[in-house]
Amino acid sequence: METASHSTDAKTNYLNADYGIKSWLLTTDHKRIALLYLGSITVFFFLGGFFAMLIRLELLTPAGDLVLADTYNKLFTMHGIVMIFLFLIPSVPAVFGNFLVPMMIGAKDLAFPRLNLASWYIFITGAGFILYAILTGGVDTGWTFYTPYSTTYSNSNVITAALGVFITGFSSIFTGLNIIVTVHRMRAPGLTWRRLPLFIWANYAASVIMVLGTPVLAITIVLVALERLFHLGIFDARLGGDPLLFQHLFWFYSHPAVYIMILPGMGVISEVIACFSRKRVFGYDFIAMSSIAIAVLGFLVWAHHMYVAGISTYAALIFSMLSFFVAIPSAVKVFNWTATLYKGSITFETPMLYVFAFIGLFTIGGLTGVFLAAVGIDLHVTDTYFVVAHFHYVMVGGMVTAFMCALHFWWPKMTGKMYPEGFSKLSAVLVFVGFNLTFFPQFLLGYMGMPRRYHAYPVEFQVLNVLSTAGASILAAGFLMPMIYFVWSLQYGKDAGPSPYRAAGLEWMTASPPPTFNFDETPVVTWEAYNYDEIDAPDQHKGVEVAG
Amino acid sequence: MKLPDSEIAVHNLKHHFADLEQQKATSTFGMWLFLVTEIMFFGGMFAAYLIYRLSYYNAWVAGSQTMEIQLGAINTAVLICSSLTMVMAVHFAKLGNRKMTAICLILTLVLGFGFLGIKAVEYHGHWLHHEVPGPNFHFEHEGNYDPRQVSIFFSLYFAMTGMHAFHMIIGAGLLTWLLIANARGRFSPEYNSPVEMVGLYWHFVDLIWIYLFPLLYLISHHHNG
Repeated sequence: METASHSTDAKTNYLNADYGIKSWLLTTDHKRIALLYLGSITVFFFLGGFFAMLIRLELLTPAGDLVLADTYNKLFTMHGIVMIFLFLIPSVPAVFGNFLVPMMIGAKDLAFPRLNLASWYIFITGAGFILYAILTGGVDTGWTFYTPYSTTYSNSNVITAALGVFITGFSSIFTGLNIIVTVHRMRAPGLTWRRLPLFIWANYAASVIMVLGTPVLAITIVLVALERLFHLGIFDARLGGDPLLFQHLFWFYSHPAVYIMILPGMGVISEVIACFSRKRVFGYDFIAMSSIAIAVLGFLVWAHHMYVAGISTYAALIFSMLSFFVAIPSAVKVFNWTATLYKGSITFETPMLYVFAFIGLFTIGGLTGVFLAAVGIDLHVTDTYFVVAHFHYVMVGGMVTAFMCALHFWWPKMTGKMYPEGFSKLSAVLVFVGFNLTFFPQFLLGYMGMPRRYHAYPVEFQVLNVLSTAGASILAAGFLMPMIYFVWSLQYGKDAGPSPYRAAGLEWMTASPPPTFNFDETPVVTWEAYNYDEIDAPDQHKGVEVAG
Repeated sequence: MKLPDSEIAVHNLKHHFADLEQQKATSTFGMWLFLVTEIMFFGGMFAAYLIYRLSYYNAWVAGSQTMEIQLGAINTAVLICSSLTMVMAVHFAKLGNRKMTAICLILTLVLGFGFLGIKAVEYHGHWLHHEVPGPNFHFEHEGNYDPRQVSIFFSLYFAMTGMHAFHMIIGAGLLTWLLIANARGRFSPEYNSPVEMVGLYWHFVDLIWIYLFPLLYLISHHHNG
């Protein structure tokens, strides 16, 4: 341990190896690119959050008094587009996947470093188009761009925004491609597939979806743009086309995209729960294979978004059954995490608080997803706040929670500094309380029949809406606090040392922050993942040896 | 900067790979994976094609019969030849024969532009016959179908062949880049994977056309003969 901390002081690392704006904008170091992504998506997270706050403020009162109906349509559309395409999709894969995949497998970099940098520029270009669409009047189609409204009737900036989504799609294709090839070809000697951390399995599965699904979204958007420009008729019923075809193509990507947004988060949870239970993850093989199963099944369920759109009853029944199947691998994960806790030496550091939040909230989000997969219940609650609450439990309660978990867990590795323990625990509690207060009332509202996407509602719904808006304010505070203390910790945080949590995994066996090529010598792996028995055994310090 | 053959490989080994073999295996795998994404990209249009062809078969036959089969067939031959010259370029690059590599790359490029030229002639013909979807679309129809359905056929025709042509143009850019690198002596028998990767891409674009030609040009030709 002493030799390790000594080497952090003396050595140059990826942050101080080079200075100046050019050394960042032209870097091919996966760790610096991860930080470029982290900075950009943080901006977009708060932009999307700003739209969300305006929506909640409008819904404080039953009358549509704060914004016009048209403005409201644009607000929820831009909230969706920004949060999904500019925050959730790149959140864990492009930030933590980028930073950690090479480190966890003992590689010097991702397989294609220049492609990696290109993916960030592509992302920023796409984001530029989306921002331009927002600044010049916004889009009002909903993030789903449903035809024929998007192709024929909407008077807003559909093409600019769609082009932005199209472009950011390529950045996620390139990230996914890079991760898959890296995992296949760049693993350290001895690091067999079944010794890989589960974070790698989860990101691998998500990358498969990115690579297979995103191109379909891309071509769909091209067809929408062509249709809007030239009135081709491919999606226009008046010209003999079929608007449902758009929905099929769109959800062929956008349903699996839900798993792009949750699988990497599940990978984070597997890492952190093992660390703070001081135990090998229970059922390693099952968690690894359930990631693959989710990726495969995820491609077979898209039409459950279309039960009321006019697909045949038989198609709906089959898609309903397939959607139930997805619950199985998801439940496998939840049960295995819970079993990992059993007889573990559990401690309650901030990342672990987020793990508990994730397991609880994801379970609620997942189970309500099973309700919605049942055709009968879906017909009752479709397009109500029940649906809104369901996917926010998965996306915010699941993925954003996992993102915050990862940010706290690996912040010491990325920066070499510890965050303040007290404030971070407080913010984790604020996020949990604020989140539930915001979205649980929405389940009730939806079940009572409040439709989504309206800026006004009957007075009977006001109490629950006020609760929801109050919760949103607490949630906002919970997200703003980390902004402040993370920046504070860069200057005043305690030095973290190479492995502040004594966690398993190759990324903890090198200095914090790591040197530019991650490891002084390529590590040779002779142990299983999560070897906490060996790390905690008094006479063996496998984790620390290599760092010295 | 001209390097002797023995040093080209060392010069091109990226820092994060252990050896050239790992580097080559990695880029080959990456390229194949990229081609998978391309298949999914075109797959969206093939799915739309299939659905509408099943629904509007008569209109599809009528649309298909306006195609210039001779030009399409010549273009198919041109592309297959270009795949041959491409694979020869890869072969000569592996032998380290710079001159023959250059000649084969130039032939590939010329055949590629030949394809695009013939395609432009076809597009021009469709334009003159008001077969481009939009306000000026006009189709003399006889038979049991709605002319608007033919417009959808042409929409997909232009979307699919246009996207294919766009890939050809990118391919031409890549070939030009290879020519320059080859002239500067960047490849050797040990290091030639860029030529091979562009070759994979070129064959893929060729293969897409091999499917587009029968699907768009050759629907039920024995009917009206």
